[in-house]
Amino acid sequence: MSTGHYWLVIGGVLFVILNTAAGLIWLERRMLALWQDRYGPNRAGPFGLFIVLADTIKLFFKEDWIPPFADKVVFVFAPAVVVASVLLSFTIIPFAPNVVVADFNVGVLFFLAMSSMGVYSIVLGGWASNNKYALLGAMRGASQMISYEVFMGLSLMGVVILSGSFNLSEIVAAQKNGWYILPQCVGFFIFLIAGIAETHRLPFDIPEAESELVAGFHSEYSGMKFGMIFIGEYMGITLISSMVVTLYFGGWLGPAFLPPVIWFVLKTFVFIMLFILLRASMPRPRYDQLMEYGWKILFPLSLVNLLITAAIKLLI
Amino acid sequence: MNDIKSALDARFGEQTCKEQVTRDAMPTFWVPQEKLVTVLQYLKSDLTQPYRMLYDLTAIDERAYKRPQNGHIPFDFTVVYHLFSFGSNAFLRLKVGLRGEYPSMPSITHIWPAANWYEREVFDMFGIRFDGHPLLKRILMPSTWEGHPLRKEHPARATEMGPFKLFDEKVDREQEALQFRPEEWGLKLESEDSDFMFLNIGPQHPGTHGVLRIILQLKGEDIVDAVPDIGFHHRGAEKMGVRQSWHTYIPYTDRIDYLGGVMNNLAYLLSVEKLAGIEVPLRAQVIRVMLCEFFRIASHLVWYGTFAQDVGQLSPVFYMFTDRERVFEIIEAICGGRMHPNWFRIGGVAQDLPNGWDKLVREFVRYFPPKLREYDKMVMQNALFKARTVGIGIYTLEEAIEWGVTGPGLRACGLEWDMRKMRPYSGYENFAFEVPVANNGDCYDRARVRVDEMRQSLRIIEQCLEHMPAGDFKSHHPLATPPVKQYTMHDIETLIHHFLNVSWGPVIPAGEAMSCIEATKGWNGYYLTSDGNTSPYRVRVRTPSFPHMQMVPYISRSYTVADLLSILGGMDYVLADIDR
Repeated sequence: MSTGHYWLVIGGVLFVILNTAAGLIWLERRMLALWQDRYGPNRAGPFGLFIVLADTIKLFFKEDWIPPFADKVVFVFAPAVVVASVLLSFTIIPFAPNVVVADFNVGVLFFLAMSSMGVYSIVLGGWASNNKYALLGAMRGASQMISYEVFMGLSLMGVVILSGSFNLSEIVAAQKNGWYILPQCVGFFIFLIAGIAETHRLPFDIPEAESELVAGFHSEYSGMKFGMIFIGEYMGITLISSMVVTLYFGGWLGPAFLPPVIWFVLKTFVFIMLFILLRASMPRPRYDQLMEYGWKILFPLSLVNLLITAAIKLLI
Repeated sequence: MNDIKSALDARFGEQTCKEQVTRDAMPTFWVPQEKLVTVLQYLKSDLTQPYRMLYDLTAIDERAYKRPQNGHIPFDFTVVYHLFSFGSNAFLRLKVGLRGEYPSMPSITHIWPAANWYEREVFDMFGIRFDGHPLLKRILMPSTWEGHPLRKEHPARATEMGPFKLFDEKVDREQEALQFRPEEWGLKLESEDSDFMFLNIGPQHPGTHGVLRIILQLKGEDIVDAVPDIGFHHRGAEKMGVRQSWHTYIPYTDRIDYLGGVMNNLAYLLSVEKLAGIEVPLRAQVIRVMLCEFFRIASHLVWYGTFAQDVGQLSPVFYMFTDRERVFEIIEAICGGRMHPNWFRIGGVAQDLPNGWDKLVREFVRYFPPKLREYDKMVMQNALFKARTVGIGIYTLEEAIEWGVTGPGLRACGLEWDMRKMRPYSGYENFAFEVPVANNGDCYDRARVRVDEMRQSLRIIEQCLEHMPAGDFKSHHPLATPPVKQYTMHDIETLIHHFLNVSWGPVIPAGEAMSCIEATKGWNGYYLTSDGNTSPYRVRVRTPSFPHMQMVPYISRSYTVADLLSILGGMDYVLADIDR
């Protein structure tokens, strides 16, 4: 790979990811409105698209207030963690053949490591805010993400066993003869659920549970620091969606009439929409119910899935 | 009535409990202060048909009452107890006369836990002290308030109070009063093995549906104790009642249970009409019933949507508000107003139904049932919704009666008790409908009862639509306000009544009366005292949300913060209905 190509990919990925995350503000609000019998933002620009611009300007110019009772250094540092860890995760995702920032041979592991980093932003942010609601949110967030991390990793191992590689490009290439959604449908569901929990979206938005904890771990954040958490969440959605596509839906693979990158984007958007639809339709379970569901159902299920996959691999 | 009199006489002697005859024909007895506790204990537990529910507890400042009272030397204050017996389907009113500027009397919190807040309210409003009360402090007014508002010497208008000035000392005093000290609320700071965390839910919080503050004592996320702090929405509705004319008070009632609209008018007017002896024409009664049921649906829809939102479901609230908008379109077409139409009048309603009302109503009756089925699938049958509400916030029928729970909350415990059926008013006896009940007394069952109630309300509306009688929309009684105009220019008698009722407002004969209706949230009643004047001598508004909120600590202990939101959402309260 030439250096020029390399920089082009880095710049392109960064540009597309940041813009997608910002565009999701608009998409989510419009789609929610559509499903909820209302209009949503439709005034600024065509279809209300400029709401993204307006929102960004608003976030930048809002007073960036640090509460006097907060732990200042950690308070400022925490929102950066979530953005950094999600952006770093995108480096290993193959958007098309040769369009990948870092073609690691431990890509899957790198993804897991980075998504675990995300929990720091919740815990540190909630702790540094020195606010009781934030603290409760952070505690919920920490336990939720740590436990869902476990079987997120386990559910991925089925794919690794089948493809024989931790490298995401190779995993995509290995799906040439059939996407892993069929042999790994259980793994897919577990990964998807764990992914929703990782991005703490409804129905797993327990760390911020609006009707209970006001805004949970980010109650005290305002201005661009809140903006980073906000954008970080949308990037998280994009990340999980593209991981789902890469691991189970053949990544860039698709009939030749469209270029691979388009296939990838299309597939990813289907899952992004799924995330939004979930938010429009599901109530929120209680925190202990979520834990129970994770440890008593998903965890054993992912172990069984791993065992069966391994057994089949040995036999064939 | 004679049964209870003979029972009291037999137990306490002929002269102990003196009977009084009232306009509403409710058995009323004057009880000497020192006998009160034993009499109440007897009434609550030793009778064959015991009076198990403390329906209301309030007081009247009698010092300005210029009429003879039952032959005794006038008291300075009267404390009034309303009890209810489910066995004999009867109310009972007990009165205790007190003398002195700031009298005191025994507390009855050990007989009824529900008396706690009521006694605090009487203390707050009248300065009457209750000996033996666990935490006798102000409840509705701020702790820094000077004076007791419902005493006759307390000004009723801002202009009587002099210009408002906020001196630095006053700012400091108010700020100091806002400091939270757990000990003042009777909360411990730590248990044997851990410190508690105190979480202040509200007064500004997305989950409290209004300015309500609940202080939570937490151990982790488990609730050790909860203390509701109310009064942020207090607007002095009872005090305003005594300076408004009987007629001009109607708009204030609209705003008490502000989701119940004209249903509040009804509770008030039933009481006024009892005092005045007005018979409401049949057509007016049916119109009233129809609008009340529309408001029941509208109120339940708000509750339905916000409850779903409280447990995290974002969409239903939009669908339900859209449907509520359809209800409001009909209400607007008929009344001209939406949430607070202020449309019932003494002796009837403000106007006849407009042309084409039946078309609007018929459309809605057809439109709504499929929507309800859809919502059943969306909310009530949702597994996650069930996980959040089934088995949460349980109370038994015993506890419900003990704490004064009424309405859907009572019916969710398995008691089929609806005032529209058991003590029909405004012609409800003419309608066919069922009373939905459920048995577990948890949040889910309370929700189920309300959802089923909407279907029954629709049935009642349909019957109103099909059988709307012809006739007057307002009584021809001289006290009906504003009077029917068609005869005013023909005979001097109606002209005089018209002139008086419109200029002064009607003069309602002296006496007292209480109403009790099945409002959207439970039993709502107005206990009115008249001294034969153009405005009431005392207005007491008994609202269902007040005792319900009082019960929150009792039913939320040992649940988690998330459950508290289910409990609050399932309870269906309105802050103005608590604070008045």
